[in-house]
Amino acid sequence: MPIVTVRRISQVFFLILFFWLCLVASVGDRWWQLRGWPVNWLLDLDPLTALATMLSTGTLYAPLLWSLAALVLTAALGRFFCGFACPLGALNQFFGWLGQYSSKPLGRVRANRPRPARVIKYYLLLFLLACALTGTLATGLLDPLPLLHRSINLTLAPILDSGSLILSFKPRHYGSAWLIGAVLLAILGLNLVIPRFFCRFACPLGALFGLLSRFAPWRIGKAADHCGECTVCEAYCEGACSPSGTVVTGECLMCCNCLERCPHGRIRFDAKPSAGGEAPLPDLSRRGVVMGAAAGLFTGPALRLGGLTGPNNNPNLIRPPGALDEERFLARCIRCGQCMRACPSNIIQPALAEAGLEGLWTPAINYRLGDSGCQVNCIACGQVCPTAAIRPLTVDEKRGRADFAAAGPIRLGSALVDRSRCLPWVLDRPCIVCQELCPVSPKAIFTRTVFEAIRDGRAKIMTASQDSLEVAGLGPVNAPLAGGDYYLRRSGRQQEALRRISVFEGNRIGLVKAPGWSAPPEPGEAVDIVVRLQRPYVDASRCIGCGMCEHECPVAGLRAIRVNSENESRSRRGRLII
Amino acid sequence: MNKPSDTGHRAEGALTRRDFIKRAAAASALTLSAGALYAGLYDGRGPQPGDLGKVLTGLGDFSVQTASGQGRMAIVRGADRAAMLERAVTALGGIEAFIQKGDRVLIKVNAAFATPPSLGATTNPELFAAMARLCLAAGAASVTVTDNPINNPESCFALTGIAEAASLAGAGLIIPGEGMFSPLTLPGGKLLVDWPVMAGAFKGVTKLIAMAPVKDHARAGASMILKNFYGLLGGRRNVFHQKIAGIITELSLLAKPTLCVLDGTRVMLTNGPTGGSLSDLKAADTLIVSTDPVAADAAGLELLERTISEVPYIRMAEAAGAGHADYTRLNPVRINLGA
Repeated sequence: MPIVTVRRISQVFFLILFFWLCLVASVGDRWWQLRGWPVNWLLDLDPLTALATMLSTGTLYAPLLWSLAALVLTAALGRFFCGFACPLGALNQFFGWLGQYSSKPLGRVRANRPRPARVIKYYLLLFLLACALTGTLATGLLDPLPLLHRSINLTLAPILDSGSLILSFKPRHYGSAWLIGAVLLAILGLNLVIPRFFCRFACPLGALFGLLSRFAPWRIGKAADHCGECTVCEAYCEGACSPSGTVVTGECLMCCNCLERCPHGRIRFDAKPSAGGEAPLPDLSRRGVVMGAAAGLFTGPALRLGGLTGPNNNPNLIRPPGALDEERFLARCIRCGQCMRACPSNIIQPALAEAGLEGLWTPAINYRLGDSGCQVNCIACGQVCPTAAIRPLTVDEKRGRADFAAAGPIRLGSALVDRSRCLPWVLDRPCIVCQELCPVSPKAIFTRTVFEAIRDGRAKIMTASQDSLEVAGLGPVNAPLAGGDYYLRRSGRQQEALRRISVFEGNRIGLVKAPGWSAPPEPGEAVDIVVRLQRPYVDASRCIGCGMCEHECPVAGLRAIRVNSENESRSRRGRLII
Repeated sequence: MNKPSDTGHRAEGALTRRDFIKRAAAASALTLSAGALYAGLYDGRGPQPGDLGKVLTGLGDFSVQTASGQGRMAIVRGADRAAMLERAVTALGGIEAFIQKGDRVLIKVNAAFATPPSLGATTNPELFAAMARLCLAAGAASVTVTDNPINNPESCFALTGIAEAASLAGAGLIIPGEGMFSPLTLPGGKLLVDWPVMAGAFKGVTKLIAMAPVKDHARAGASMILKNFYGLLGGRRNVFHQKIAGIITELSLLAKPTLCVLDGTRVMLTNGPTGGSLSDLKAADTLIVSTDPVAADAAGLELLERTISEVPYIRMAEAAGAGHADYTRLNPVRINLGA
């Protein structure tokens, strides 16, 4: 079988595998949904993630051991990953092919000529690695594997699924998905201008593979210096690595088109150096290398100057359960969006500004979106996190049970009642949905009961018996007086037991029998209608910040009870109740 | 420009008669179709505020007429839920009195929370499965189960064990999707006005069985059969909590069940309706089965150690005509299977 056919089969295989792993990352109870599928396998193969997290954390998280396979194969064979495996590379190649569909051979050669800008990706790689060294992991923004996962998870899958709803029961929401999708569109669209635009100029993973292939014993090259110089090889060269002249092996994407296209079979994949001359990498300028690295070393600390990871943290930034403290979190998160995809409640969202520029597209919880708060028995996000930026918790650890009883439950933050918006606090309306839905036992939200005279609720007694009275002078009342929440109080008798109203018709008020009055009030006496209000309070020592209350609060705009990061487990700084 | 024939011009720039007629015909056709489109879609009034469109008025009356015209009730003491259910149904005249061959049965459970059945916040899966089996044995064409829970539906049905129980018993699980809700205005209703309810689950349904546990509820006083109908509502339904007794009263009129199964085997005395701890539960070892949802709730109150004046919606539902608050009038059959 021709090697190009093998390459195409491999590309299609990996592309299908990629889409399959995206598909099975959806939450549900069917066999093709989340249930032990290796949904992170392609992310784990990524040596850029491995290297950058090694720099940012000083350790290699276990699943990233897979990337060693990609690394070893690249060191021996060159950038096979770009040509044979990378799903974004395959998509780029497809769109590049579309763009060149009607091009004449000479136009193709022009499209594939080496361009000076190809060195940018190496400087970018150095920049990102230098950032990582200072603890700012930004590789995920441009690394093709997290980038494609993010784009599919948060834009393409939800859009395609919104009509059929195969992946989810309700349309999924993702904030700033438009921007994530626009980046993908731009990357794919640029292939129409120059094939493999992203791979050639911007891909930091490709640059890393280029460097890793420096000593590859086998590589593409010419068998004889003299060929017809027909440049057919160049017309189909994906990497623009000049196979007809001095081949730049670090730029070769192993598309193998030259092997097949050369009319005389003068190009081969061999352990011998190319007869036409070869260079391991394009000419990197010392200035560029130093600038890239220096910019990286400055950028991380510059982003931290604002103190967002410390004293100036955004109190509205709620990280998923098990997320590390902000500094360690930012040293690990590759913004792949797997947690956002796996979250059954659809509350984990890509941050746009919540976590600062450094935290672009990192996971942040929005309790207004989605189906519920963070479910107490759910640990999906940590289980799918490829770098343990969100630690893989057990249910026991999340709930603070068994071995974790002493540590207590994981707290995402703490809810606080906004007394300027809460119905029983300012609108004289009973409510306590938040108390009802608090899943903690005993509840973290408790109530204190007060009785408040309602507006225009003073009336004069016309006639009165023990359980029934006629009144006059009652204002227009827009409240269900017989609904069990309203009571009658004799004016000036604050100490006397209140009588619950059970009937309200016209001017007649019926009362629940017990407790009765010692004697019925006299005609002419004034009475007030009071409402019993259970006002919610949060016991911050019990609140886990799950946001059930905020999600369900009937004040639908700006909620009257909101979770912020106060008291979150992940940061000692945020401790509120000691 | 292109060749003259492409644009309809002759070399001299004049139009032939044939070309002119063709163009005139095409232009007229264009004008006519545009005019037809304008006329067909013409709206002289403009949009109305809150255009309600078609709304439902109820989800249906699924109650079964008895010979006496009276509601019936059985109160069974015991520990084995399935056995208690079977005895209770037998005491009420057997399942055939309620489910006939070919009936399509919808079971409305309480699956509000993604918590395990042991915590008693949701309908017990074994009890539900026993009910589903009884219906199928009586010849029901289909048994489906649904709820519009508070946590996300897939998790709720999975963790409460109801999804698995449904598939084992041969019942269909209806997970509430966007398309299942239709607006409803209850005749005489003050709260249920143009409000989305889960009408999709009722398509073709001929019998409705309501199954709920007995639970504490700080706002409503108690959460049993009637409060569980909250799970038929969609939208941001929590706004109704400010008139909780009113909304539960309207819910009692939304759909009239064939049979109500109120599970007081374990009663949630504190921290309801979520619970979360075994210490919130008390063993009351009682199952109440009734055709009357109001009576079932009134009887359930005793298990919760509460009085009817603490739970105003029961009397209000009675006044609205949904059933009897004095459940003893149903002459409940009392059976003791031994706990």
